[in-house]
Amino acid sequence: MATLATLIVLLPLVGFLYVLSSGAHQSERAIGVVATGVVAGSFVAAVAAFFVLIHHASREVTVHLFTWFDVGSLHVSVALLVDPLSVTMCLFVTGISALIHLYSTSYMHAEKDFRKFFLYLNLFVFSMLVLVLANNLVLTFVGWEGVGVCSYWLVSYYFDRDAAASAGKKAFLYNRVGDVGLLYAMFLLFSHLHTLNYLDVFRRVGSLSGSTATLVVLALLLGATGKSAQIPLFNWLPDAMEGPTPVSALIHAATMVTAGVYLLVRMSPVLTLSSSGRLTIAIIGGATAFVAATIATAQKDIKKVLAFSTVSQIGYMVLAVGVGAYGAAIFLMVAHAFFKALLFLGSGSIIHSLHGEQDLRKMGALQRFLPLTYPTFLIGWLAISGVPPFAGFWAKGDVLTNAYSHDKLLWLLGLATAILTAYYMTRLFVLTFRGNERFREVTEGHDPHESPWSMTLPLLVLAVLAVLGGLLDLPWAHGRSLATFLAPTFGYVAPTSALSTLTQWGLAVVDVAAAIIGLAAAMTIWRDRVSSDRYEKTFFEKVWYWDDAYDAMVGRPLTHAATYADRVVEPRVLDGAVAGVAGSVRRSALGLRKVQSGFARHYALAMVLGTAVVVVYLVARVG
Amino acid sequence: MHSSWWLSALLVVPLLGAAGALLVRRTGRAYVVALTSAGVELVLSIVVASMYNPHVPGMGTFDFATRHVLSAPFGLAYDVSLDGISLLMVVLTALVVFVALAGARERRREASFVTWMLLLTSATMGSFLAHDLLEFFIFFEFTLVPCYFIIAQWGGAERARAALKFFVYTFTGSAFLFAGLLYLGFEHQHQSGGALTFAYGALAGTTLTHSASVWLFVAFAVAFAVKAPLWPLHTWSPLTYAEAPTAGSIELSALLAKLGTYGMIRFAVGLFPGALASVRPVVLTLAVISILYGSLVACATPDLKRLIAYSSLAQMGFIMLGVMAGSKIALVGAVLLMFNHGVITIGFFLIIGFLEQRRGTFTIRDLRGLQGPAPVMAALFTVVMLASIGLPGLSGFISEYFILIGAFATHAWWAAVATLGVAGSAAYLLWAYQRVFHGSSDETNAQVPDATNRERWVLVPVVVLVVALGVFPRPIIDRITPSVTQLVAHVEPAGLLK
Repeated sequence: MATLATLIVLLPLVGFLYVLSSGAHQSERAIGVVATGVVAGSFVAAVAAFFVLIHHASREVTVHLFTWFDVGSLHVSVALLVDPLSVTMCLFVTGISALIHLYSTSYMHAEKDFRKFFLYLNLFVFSMLVLVLANNLVLTFVGWEGVGVCSYWLVSYYFDRDAAASAGKKAFLYNRVGDVGLLYAMFLLFSHLHTLNYLDVFRRVGSLSGSTATLVVLALLLGATGKSAQIPLFNWLPDAMEGPTPVSALIHAATMVTAGVYLLVRMSPVLTLSSSGRLTIAIIGGATAFVAATIATAQKDIKKVLAFSTVSQIGYMVLAVGVGAYGAAIFLMVAHAFFKALLFLGSGSIIHSLHGEQDLRKMGALQRFLPLTYPTFLIGWLAISGVPPFAGFWAKGDVLTNAYSHDKLLWLLGLATAILTAYYMTRLFVLTFRGNERFREVTEGHDPHESPWSMTLPLLVLAVLAVLGGLLDLPWAHGRSLATFLAPTFGYVAPTSALSTLTQWGLAVVDVAAAIIGLAAAMTIWRDRVSSDRYEKTFFEKVWYWDDAYDAMVGRPLTHAATYADRVVEPRVLDGAVAGVAGSVRRSALGLRKVQSGFARHYALAMVLGTAVVVVYLVARVG
Repeated sequence: MHSSWWLSALLVVPLLGAAGALLVRRTGRAYVVALTSAGVELVLSIVVASMYNPHVPGMGTFDFATRHVLSAPFGLAYDVSLDGISLLMVVLTALVVFVALAGARERRREASFVTWMLLLTSATMGSFLAHDLLEFFIFFEFTLVPCYFIIAQWGGAERARAALKFFVYTFTGSAFLFAGLLYLGFEHQHQSGGALTFAYGALAGTTLTHSASVWLFVAFAVAFAVKAPLWPLHTWSPLTYAEAPTAGSIELSALLAKLGTYGMIRFAVGLFPGALASVRPVVLTLAVISILYGSLVACATPDLKRLIAYSSLAQMGFIMLGVMAGSKIALVGAVLLMFNHGVITIGFFLIIGFLEQRRGTFTIRDLRGLQGPAPVMAALFTVVMLASIGLPGLSGFISEYFILIGAFATHAWWAAVATLGVAGSAAYLLWAYQRVFHGSSDETNAQVPDATNRERWVLVPVVVLVVALGVFPRPIIDRITPSVTQLVAHVEPAGLLK
């Protein structure tokens, strides 16, 4: 197991070092093959680790690599914790990463910085695996920041575009604000428990007081809202769509943005101690899911719709965490990774065929031209909309059922979101593939072409997964499913079985009804429309004026304060006070000029001695 | 115990180099002599660091010690030794001088320039090696002279004003230190009845009333807070850093600033533990203000060198927070950050100096889109920047993390506010990076050549240290920890040991 776990993490690092050391002369092919190969290798190792783990006596294996530092009571090792949760994360992270690496070899073909792209991408996978496999919070933080900086680089990949540069910075800064929360959580835990190892924290967690536990949970939640783009820190994610589309699929849909959910699930034994903390998490998740879904209904850029959809879906996962349904949260995370990666890569294929066009108003009727992208995208659309038997139906249903048994209001919020989800995805689908051809201007009259195999193969694989993903956790197979496999990791499992079979069937019917309502509404409205002031509210299109509000409340005041400090406080107030003192000294010195020699050094000496006398006098008097 | 000759050699090698450079006089050769002696000094310091033994019987964690009284009536002595804290500063001194000489060459009147640089090295070494308060003060003051001339003769347009301001400011601060040390010496003589002495170990045993120790602490702290600098005594630093030549800026902020924080640890805290309970809230608050205020002004300042000056103010705030928190972990972090900040600052000022050579300006507004024409330069800047932001895996993280987690356990509110600085450093650095390196370059900036081989080689030690100390910090931490433990046990009997 030690070798396997190490291999999972190290292979992408090896790829990173290879790409880093390869010169500009290295062929695209070699770089693409190595970068994709190491991640695929990592996936194979993860599969092997999974099989070793299920036949292992203990479901928790710690692989100690080396001691990072050791001061006072702060012992931190570079060590990996292989347990059901981390293995599940590893499996889908490496699997989807490998597919997206393959896709990128074509998508990024002939880009100026092809090498740099794979450099960052391999480093990203390495960081993500460190994040999920770390056996302590500090090492998780290494991965946490590592994925953040890779995201920064990849979002501002086209750095000569100002929008891309700003978006990268924004992503990093929003995450940094969240990181302050994660740091607080670590500080609090360390102050009270004197350890940051997960297993030791869980062992000693009983000695935390209720109020401290609530503080820790809220601090963790702040960290999670930054990384996972939840209210109040969600609005960096849509901007992050400035990055190349494979990056949006990998980092900003399938893997990195779910890290916050992972962290909360990982810390579930602490969450257990604070019901008010969990309630806050559930409200944040539910509210984000709903708000983001409303925004997605009015976006005109295909990637922006998908971005807000991602925010909304992660909101569901956070909601699931808040109601104690950790298994459901991870189930949706995995299922979402399948269909959202599929949708993003599909949109990449569309954008590719339209020479970079992302505006939904300039698409339409693409089903005739993209014979592979079309059916796979169709599956993704049905899956996210919650139509049975695709993965999204089961996963979202699991979350909603748990929400129902916990709190009816949160369930209603989730249900409304489900209707909106089906609505905005159908709008996206219709505007892209149906209706009239509106792209001729973009393609200069040519027909759009389907992408090469290395781009369509990942689409096919992901489409299959999006169809079959529900098998991971079918309601009647709870005995041998993902949730059972994961259960040993959680400190607390919500009593879902309280619902009768009849109620569960009823809820499933309601879910399907919600999907159909959304679908039908969007079909009716968007069949013969391209844009509409009535159905694309400015309030939603402008993201509820969230950015403007932050700008007015935080951004501008801080800028003013900084400028004021630089222009006024520094030269006039602080320096002025000192200059005033110095000036008065000089004036008195000028008065004495006649009796003194006039050398600057003599003044200085006199000053030193004079001060010395004063200080000695003062000290002697009080001493 | 190892022979004290090693330390004497550390003091003498730069002096020999300075003498050699003066004798050779010819510009090119003087430089070679200076660089060679700086190289020898660096090797020597690394050898000393690897030999250092933190468990010398009777000396606590001090190794290589010797004491010779030079003038009994004045209490003047040659007294050197080395512990884990000064050890790191000695290596930093040698490293800074070597890299500054290698990377930021001044071709105008080069022989005098390198002579001043080497004299400065010797004086700085002396300050860190001194185990006697008066001896420390003499070395500490003597660093001003070479600095003054380096700024006044090789600086920018406003060099005269900057040099004078720097001199007056630090000199005034030192006056308080001088008065304090005289009082302490006489008080000790009065109590013990023997000869006048300023030996560190002896003075540490002086019995002081509470108010006397508070006044003395304040007198010492003023001198060190000016040097570091700490808010609100920092206003000399932006002008001086900006006007000094690149090598001078590096010396001042990577190295001489550490004299302030080192003095704070060794002398202000080490000699007057009785004052800590009273002064701690004040100094901690000033430290936190330094962090937030420095970050804020760094966002608005229009000049790259001034930006690094304000960034240093914030970093010094972190160090002071670690020094004053009364926590072992935080103090280890503070010592580590002194070293790491030194290395990171070398990187910043060198790269900014390279850019200035190409574009003739430090003004952020005049630079744009440099990542296109100069990708390697951009990458090097990125590594240094991320280390400064505190990205885990690079050196800056561990030190900042130790400081905050240690301080949180003892003084949670200050640490909680200081943690906001973590977001602050990302804000001002990333914004500066965006304005300088991102965007599309105009005609002038598009012509900027990428880093030359020489420039890349000069930055190799910086990058290597930044990565190595982020991933394998243990060799250094293990050398610092015994000395820090001893110091904290001495000054914090009340069980704040964490």
